[in-house]
Amino acid sequence: MSKWIPLWLHKLGSPPIFYRFAGVLRPWLLTLALLLGAVALYGGLVLAPADYQQGDAYRIIFIHVPCASMSLVVYGVMAFASFLALIWRIKLAEVVAMQSAPIGAAFTFITLVTGSLWGKPMWGTWWTWDARLTSELVLLFLYLGVIGLYHAFEDRRQGARAAAFLALIGIVNVPIVHFSVNWWNTLHQGATLRLLGPSKIAPAMLWPLLTMMAATQLYFLASLCGRVRSDLLDLESGKDWVRKLASGSRGP
Amino acid sequence: MSAPSLAQACAALLRRDLTLAWRRRGDIAMPVLYALIVTTLFPFALGPESALLQRIASGVVLVTVLLAMLLALDALFRSDIEDGSLEQLVLAPQPLALMLAMKILAHWLATALPLIVVAPLLAGMLHLPAAVMPVLLYSLLLATPLLSLLGAVLVALTAGTRRSGMLLALMLLPLCVPVVIFAAGAVAAAQQGLPWLAPIAWLAAALVLLLVLAPLACAAALRIALDA
Repeated sequence: MSKWIPLWLHKLGSPPIFYRFAGVLRPWLLTLALLLGAVALYGGLVLAPADYQQGDAYRIIFIHVPCASMSLVVYGVMAFASFLALIWRIKLAEVVAMQSAPIGAAFTFITLVTGSLWGKPMWGTWWTWDARLTSELVLLFLYLGVIGLYHAFEDRRQGARAAAFLALIGIVNVPIVHFSVNWWNTLHQGATLRLLGPSKIAPAMLWPLLTMMAATQLYFLASLCGRVRSDLLDLESGKDWVRKLASGSRGP
Repeated sequence: MSAPSLAQACAALLRRDLTLAWRRRGDIAMPVLYALIVTTLFPFALGPESALLQRIASGVVLVTVLLAMLLALDALFRSDIEDGSLEQLVLAPQPLALMLAMKILAHWLATALPLIVVAPLLAGMLHLPAAVMPVLLYSLLLATPLLSLLGAVLVALTAGTRRSGMLLALMLLPLCVPVVIFAAGAVAAAQQGLPWLAPIAWLAAALVLLLVLAPLACAAALRIALDA
């Protein structure tokens, strides 16, 4: 392997080292995520002014938008880990990809439910066959397909590789979801937040939204750490380091 | 013994698969009968009002054909896995992707072509205007190979599993949403007297892309699914 990849990154790929690393990282990530989430909820639900048109109903965006962005980010993480798993057959990458899928599916589901709850009073309907909504629904099905394929195999590593391949095929949907509001002019509103240039939202509403996005990202990392840890224990249950851990002595 | 040339190998595989399909003619008839029965159910469920049936005809025919193909896809590699000939194919000196492309072609000829042949009958049962019929056939001619190619990749992924029927539907249906949108869009546009060439061109472009990529992806998926 080339020299520019630092040694600690190689070491992190080994299950026992990652297990300890994730164990140290997880409480910090979780605390920070909960703290930022509480601040953002206070800012969004109490401090931010009501919308002049939608009243208080708009406040659901503080849940809806961060979850929607995470549904795509998690797919990206899953696809990247799948790529690593397929090319270099790294066991840890397989675990990360497969443990991302249920978290991503949950974020996608929350996005659809909160959007639907908001849509009833605002659009007058729970559901409409709009490009953004439909592509988000397809994203949920893709997550479920990956999870289903993973569990269909007897051999878990083989299942992880097959599901990783499916995740890579499904990545064509991610840009479709992201750009759907620009490509098709349908009911769902266009992008409000921009990386380049000013966002089309009042600063009093913007900072809780951005804080909440940071909180969901940290929460995803914390949740991923926890899931990967328990899955590693399960996958490596025959190995020495797990046996030492289970017998109560200090791990390697 | 010298290895046969690439063209000979392709022809041999195609001939073998078509012969196998012909020996089991009953299996070829099944998807057609399925599509016929599903289409018959719609007038019973929605009422025989011809204006309504006319409006939904193209969509019903497309979805019915899609479901019939989905049911048949499961059998694409099954008998070859059972008798071990798929492993021989993987070991063969010829490129696996090309061999799989031949298998997909044979499968398309055996399952999709009969469905396309009866599609005008199905559409006629739902009172689709005769003027729109050619557009429906064009879109089916482009959409069914797309579904075969997409489906083959996913079937290859599930090759190592025991229960794959419902799983295949769960994986395939999200991926074929664009195919259904463009195929149905072309027919709907033709029905309203609008230009319908653009969606057909999109389908054709997607078909060209998948003709190149899908056999390669199918070969990679099969290698993943078979190495136990």
